[in-house]
Amino acid sequence: MLLLILLLLPLAGALALYPLRHNVALAKQTAMGFALAEFVLVVVVWFAYSVPAAEAGTRFQLEFAVDWIPAFGTRFALGIDGVALVLLAMTAFLVPGLLLFSWNEDLPEGRTHSGYFALLLATEATLMGVFTATDVFLFYVFFEAMLIPMYFLIGRFGGPRRQYAAVKFFLYSLFGGLIMLASLIGLFVVSRDQLGAGTFSWADLQRAAANVPESTQIWLFLGFFVAFAIKAPLVPFHTWLPDAGAEAPVGAGVVLVGVLDKVGTFGFLRYCLPLFPLASQRLAPLVLTLAVIGILYGALLAVGQSDMKRFVSYTSIAHFGFIAVGIFSFSSQALAGSSLYMVNHGLSTGMLFVMVGLLVVRGGSRLVEDYGGVAKIAPLLAGCLLLAGLSSLALPGTNSFVSEFLVLVGSYPREPVYTVLATVGIVFAALYVLWFYQRTMQGPLRGAAVLGALERAVPAAAAAGRSASAGGPGSMLDPGIAARRDSSGFPDLSRREIAVLTPLIIGIMVLGFVPGPVLDVINPSVVATMNEVGLADPVGGTAR
Amino acid sequence: MRLLAQTAPTQPIDVPAIDYGAIAPLLIVLGAACAAVLVEAFLPRHQRWPVQVGLSVAALGLAGLSLGLYAGSAGAAGITTLADAIAVDRPTLFLWGTLIALTLGSVLLIADRSVEPGGAFVAALPARAMIGGRPVELPPERGYGSPEQAPTMQTEVFPFTLFALGGMMTFCAANDLLTMFVALEVLSLPLYLMCGLARRRRLLSQEAAVKYFLLGAFASAFFLYGLALLYGYAGSVKLADIATAAAGSTRTDALLLGGLALLVVGLMFKASVGPFHTWTPDVYQGAPTPVTAFMAACTKVAAFGGILRVLYVAFGDSRWEWRGVLWAIAIVSMVIGSVVGLTQTDVKRMVAYSSVAHAGFLLLGAMSITEAGTSGTLFYLLAYGFTTIAVFGVISLVRDAGGDATHLSQWAGLAKRSPVVAGVMTFLLLALAGIPLTSGFTAKFAVFAAALDDGMAPLVIVALVTSAIAAFFYLRVIVLMYFSEPAEDGPTVVVPGAFTTAAITLGVLITLLLGIAPSLALGWAAGGGFVS
Repeated sequence: MLLLILLLLPLAGALALYPLRHNVALAKQTAMGFALAEFVLVVVVWFAYSVPAAEAGTRFQLEFAVDWIPAFGTRFALGIDGVALVLLAMTAFLVPGLLLFSWNEDLPEGRTHSGYFALLLATEATLMGVFTATDVFLFYVFFEAMLIPMYFLIGRFGGPRRQYAAVKFFLYSLFGGLIMLASLIGLFVVSRDQLGAGTFSWADLQRAAANVPESTQIWLFLGFFVAFAIKAPLVPFHTWLPDAGAEAPVGAGVVLVGVLDKVGTFGFLRYCLPLFPLASQRLAPLVLTLAVIGILYGALLAVGQSDMKRFVSYTSIAHFGFIAVGIFSFSSQALAGSSLYMVNHGLSTGMLFVMVGLLVVRGGSRLVEDYGGVAKIAPLLAGCLLLAGLSSLALPGTNSFVSEFLVLVGSYPREPVYTVLATVGIVFAALYVLWFYQRTMQGPLRGAAVLGALERAVPAAAAAGRSASAGGPGSMLDPGIAARRDSSGFPDLSRREIAVLTPLIIGIMVLGFVPGPVLDVINPSVVATMNEVGLADPVGGTAR
Repeated sequence: MRLLAQTAPTQPIDVPAIDYGAIAPLLIVLGAACAAVLVEAFLPRHQRWPVQVGLSVAALGLAGLSLGLYAGSAGAAGITTLADAIAVDRPTLFLWGTLIALTLGSVLLIADRSVEPGGAFVAALPARAMIGGRPVELPPERGYGSPEQAPTMQTEVFPFTLFALGGMMTFCAANDLLTMFVALEVLSLPLYLMCGLARRRRLLSQEAAVKYFLLGAFASAFFLYGLALLYGYAGSVKLADIATAAAGSTRTDALLLGGLALLVVGLMFKASVGPFHTWTPDVYQGAPTPVTAFMAACTKVAAFGGILRVLYVAFGDSRWEWRGVLWAIAIVSMVIGSVVGLTQTDVKRMVAYSSVAHAGFLLLGAMSITEAGTSGTLFYLLAYGFTTIAVFGVISLVRDAGGDATHLSQWAGLAKRSPVVAGVMTFLLLALAGIPLTSGFTAKFAVFAAALDDGMAPLVIVALVTSAIAAFFYLRVIVLMYFSEPAEDGPTVVVPGAFTTAAITLGVLITLLLGIAPSLALGWAAGGGFVS
């Protein structure tokens, strides 16, 4: 029941914004109210979830089920395991911050914030559905329904090439979804052969999975895999992400890259491995190859990007490669690492995306070359960008280090070659993050966007008179720079922006130093997945 | 007289037993159609419209009521009546219910006089005729109303609709091929006429009517040839006898297969399955939009009802001999519908090609001679019919000075002018594309699951790939409506009157309902099999 409310609350919020659409201020507050309520609810769910029960072998908790379409053997069944729980928590944690970030964002002409916020809440609702569904049919319904609000978010509120990006996103995803539908129908038919009556219950299908012949499993696996690989995205299926990520407005972009894409990796973990154990093992080399290519290729392309949002998208492709390596090397450590990585990637890439968004708001350009020396005039912004970048490259002490380390340690015993190749990706990560930081933040003030913003502000500053707060003799600061900093053509972080970033920074640091509580929640579910795959752990012991 | 009767040879003629309860809906509809003709003949012009609308709606309501009463009392087995000419079984009842409900929606669209002032139908050219390149003064048109009233529309369209509905209902209940042929003609002739009645773009409308008539006549001829061959093979036109003959015969199969092939051509034409679809885009485009709605939804239901029964009852046991051909037809239909649909620039033509693709999907279900196949196809027809009616209802609202603004470029930025209409259209297009939580998805799932279960995995893959292709052109309309800027001299969106609003609302609600809670309708569709 708790989960049903969790699912319906953001949906109710999205609907509630419709009658309020002409009163934008009230609509924004209502949306924020619903998003915060959802977060509180997730906290309640977190405490209602029992780790000992999961360790004792309960696969799903807080279950809720009613009959839906008996003719198709499908039920409206919700339930969560540890992995789903942490992803739910991450989603609900990110959304209020994104609403706050977008509070005064410039939208394309004729669009209002009420529509924007309603679509964000609708996306959140479908994500809740995807993570909580324990019926494969229901999962598919949410998986496809998720496309629609995101399509409108990109297409209505995005950048100059938003139409192209939105359609590309939709068609890629829909194509994957339809391939998956073929497998879904196949699964239904197979389940009828195996169990007597067709069913979509995840638990029943999992129990029957071991008896399905390997060749059948491979076909069904491929259907699901293609859909998830497009969503995640793994390398040959990735080309929609840079476009969609670049054109999406920042709030939607964070949801897209940070959460929506996790549905793909979550799908690998929840559906591909347990439902098709034999096929997963047989095809693991293929997936690992794609994943490692993704790590290296994504990192290389990230180095070469001139568009900052595309840069973030390509770093994500590299990270998804790591997650996939962890999932398909079949050890509980690596699985736990991958699960944690999904959360961490949401936080660190989310923050990186937000930082890029802050730069774009100020400079009006997405190009790296239009920025330079920003640290001189906006030091707080530069510091936060550095932190986000370091978290993205998995510096020890930040959250991503724990998960990346677990993935690599866990993968090595079974897949040494792929692991070593993946490690090279870490070096690239340092390259792309630090070089990006150097180009945009350090050195003398330069770049069309920065200088342009400063020029525009000069008359205003002159009218207001020279500020006496900083600079001048006796100060460490160059008077010229101090003047420019105060003239607010390229302001440092505002209080609202700091309020957006603080939770993210806290999250990144806390998960970097004490990942234990989260890993405790994840571990029992990961062990259960290992049992479902039917492989023994290569080293023994779970991640802690 | 009495003497004469006594001296005549006393060969007893068996009066076939008639189950009036079972065929009451059919009798009501055909009776109302005859009454509507009388109304047309005897009432003064300005009284016809309200009487015709009232009569049609009342007849449909009564027919629906008697159908509901009979369905509630009848067993799942089904009966045949009128000397086995008509089979009233669960699929028949489901199809009748679907047809009556869809016709009700269409009649609401047809009756509307607010969207196109005075209604969408006229019989004669307006007073703008040209002779020798010069405009000629014609005597003022006799308005369809009393002198002080605004002109009303041509009302023959109501009896046409009822006759066509009667033909459709007979067509999908017909248990022998001869009844089926008569029903085919009864449903087709009014439709040919209805296509030519458009008030705007007369030439296009009349061209559509002629094209539909000529090609339809060919298709009827094919059907009749097929019937003759099958009679030669089985010695009977009854579906059950053909099945028996096919099962236990040592004769050559040439007559059987030849007859079936010709029969199928006739049926596929009516159902606008590719490659027999060539009339569809022109007729959909040219016919008045409310008539297009009726034709697109109801003809498809009736035609596939007939196809299901013929394939299941008469040719179910010989399916391994013809299925290969139907595989090819289904693939051709799906590919033509979705690929050629991509290149269309007219909304009505686009929906026409979409209907060709949908016909291919439906054929998947009709080909799998299983209970799941039958019930899936029936459900698909219900879902598709309502979505289609609502789609054409919305299309009729977007207008400019020349009538319906159907060119795609005219739909640009529609969401800005009329967010509700754009939202409704988006929902309906997503349903046609088969996105979950709409009836389109449930229906596709039901049909594809049945097909996969019956060993047609490659066809299901093709169907899914073509679905993805078709999604592109639905998406294009959504992109145009939402993401493009409206043109300065773009079309206006008419605020619909009560009738059109009711029809669109009905279609949208059922599309949503069948997507979220389809159990009831699925249960009805799976209520029982064909009787023979």
